[in-house]
Amino acid sequence: MSTLRERALGYFRGHPAARTWTLLSPTVLWLFLFTLIPIALTIYYSFLTRGAWGVTIHEFSFDSYRELADPLFLEIFLRTLKLSVLTVVICLAGGYALAYWIAMYGGKHKNLLLFLVILPFWTSPLVRVYSWMIILSDHGLVNSFLSGVEMIDRPLPLLHTETTVLMGLVYAYIPFMILPLYASLDRLDRSLLEAASDLGATATERFLKITVPMTKGGMLAGSILVFAPTIGEFIIPELLGGSKAMMIGKFIEMKFLGLRHWPLGSAYSLLLLTIVLALLYVYMRAGGGKAAFQEGR
Amino acid sequence: MTRKSPKFLTAFCVALFLFMYGPLFILMLYSFNVSEYGVDWQGFTLQWYKEILANANVQNALKASLLVAIPCVVISTLIGTLTAFAIYRNQFLGRGLLQGILYIPLLMPDLVMGVTLLLLFTSIGLSLGIMTILFAHIAFSIPLATLVIIGRMARIDRRLEEAAMDLGADELTTMWKVTLPLLMPGILASALLVFPWSFNDFVITYFVSGVGSSTLPLRVYSMIRVGVSPTVNALGTLIVIVPLVIVIIGILLEKRRV
Repeated sequence: MSTLRERALGYFRGHPAARTWTLLSPTVLWLFLFTLIPIALTIYYSFLTRGAWGVTIHEFSFDSYRELADPLFLEIFLRTLKLSVLTVVICLAGGYALAYWIAMYGGKHKNLLLFLVILPFWTSPLVRVYSWMIILSDHGLVNSFLSGVEMIDRPLPLLHTETTVLMGLVYAYIPFMILPLYASLDRLDRSLLEAASDLGATATERFLKITVPMTKGGMLAGSILVFAPTIGEFIIPELLGGSKAMMIGKFIEMKFLGLRHWPLGSAYSLLLLTIVLALLYVYMRAGGGKAAFQEGR
Repeated sequence: MTRKSPKFLTAFCVALFLFMYGPLFILMLYSFNVSEYGVDWQGFTLQWYKEILANANVQNALKASLLVAIPCVVISTLIGTLTAFAIYRNQFLGRGLLQGILYIPLLMPDLVMGVTLLLLFTSIGLSLGIMTILFAHIAFSIPLATLVIIGRMARIDRRLEEAAMDLGADELTTMWKVTLPLLMPGILASALLVFPWSFNDFVITYFVSGVGSSTLPLRVYSMIRVGVSPTVNALGTLIVIVPLVIVIIGILLEKRRV
């Protein structure tokens, strides 16, 4: 008499595919129910129209996609793209310097410094953004100081500008850039640099011809990790930007929750999703996904 | 590479750290300020902490947050471990596709995830509340947990498992007695990452929470919209410090165990 356990193990030995998919079944189920089906539903809703009082009419139409040409939407969309690209560029430049510093000169403090980079992942993004309001609001630190020393008689409008939003975005997402950059810099084979040095390459040449090309993967991963949440961000423009620096995330939230215009909100959301998935595709094609999943060498 | 760091690089990096941490220190400092309006320093007080801890809305929001975050950690870490086992060790049809789909909840902007999930929940007539928040949080936590645990699996010496099998252990015993204990640091790391992500999530929760249930970040948001105030500073300080303390205790315990 074999026990149930032995019979089950015997079955799975003979059917490795069944074993794999049994292990995977909860994830597959969850991804289907709470990621793929919702996306399919959003595609469906984007082809509907909105009737009176926010009721969605279940009739096929292209109305929402025509709205993509709305000049107000285009203005907000272009501003969002501009701010997202600038955020990536600034995070890449600043993050590269910091990651390089930790990887090359961190010494025995490496783990502590790395911990300081990771720490923001554990803290509330909402509270982190709020802390800038203490500094920059009309009665905030900067304005009180400046009026205290009588340099200004009216508070400077430090909030509600595009520059403030950009700073907030960099502040919020730079850790996402530093980590993959650090990982690729840490993996960099130092003997290559020594060899180049022996062959007479200067520090600048070594950096541009070895370090930078060898860490392209980290730069690509970091840029995508920063760009993806930035383009859909809506807390930062809401709290630091107000109406003057609106980004598409806030616009979608207004359409979707405020006006209950679900078809339009769906179409705009799909636009964002398409951009992010295109980037994901580029990343996977460049071999970026492999490193994380592959059996160790 | 034992050269010293160029001075300007060091200065830049110190400035960057100040940029990353300065505002939080100011928040903490002003949570102890007597002055209710403005930023003049008028003395030290714990009054705002007493007020915020006695606030019934805040207490209920904390309960709701924990009611979501704790089951979310348990379920997604469990599922993430199974997924990591399956993906890492096996070649199978659809593996690449599954990996791609696993990335989607991680990379898709929170707002888009909120919109799509709200459409799902209202379409199937599920009333919004703690349950829908939990479903949504597990959806973004499974990929997170899976990635962290796979990272740890890469560092396990397979020969230990082979040795166990050679000595007569079957697959389940090997998994239970050899692989899982070796994987424990990864499982713990994933729990320590999923907990604050669930606890702190605002955007997705904002979409799928409905009117009745408010988690702590939602409560903070409604307070922030009114403006800067010392009670928000105190609450913000607690929200930043408490999860951090839990995470740091977790890391230290793990270090002692090894």
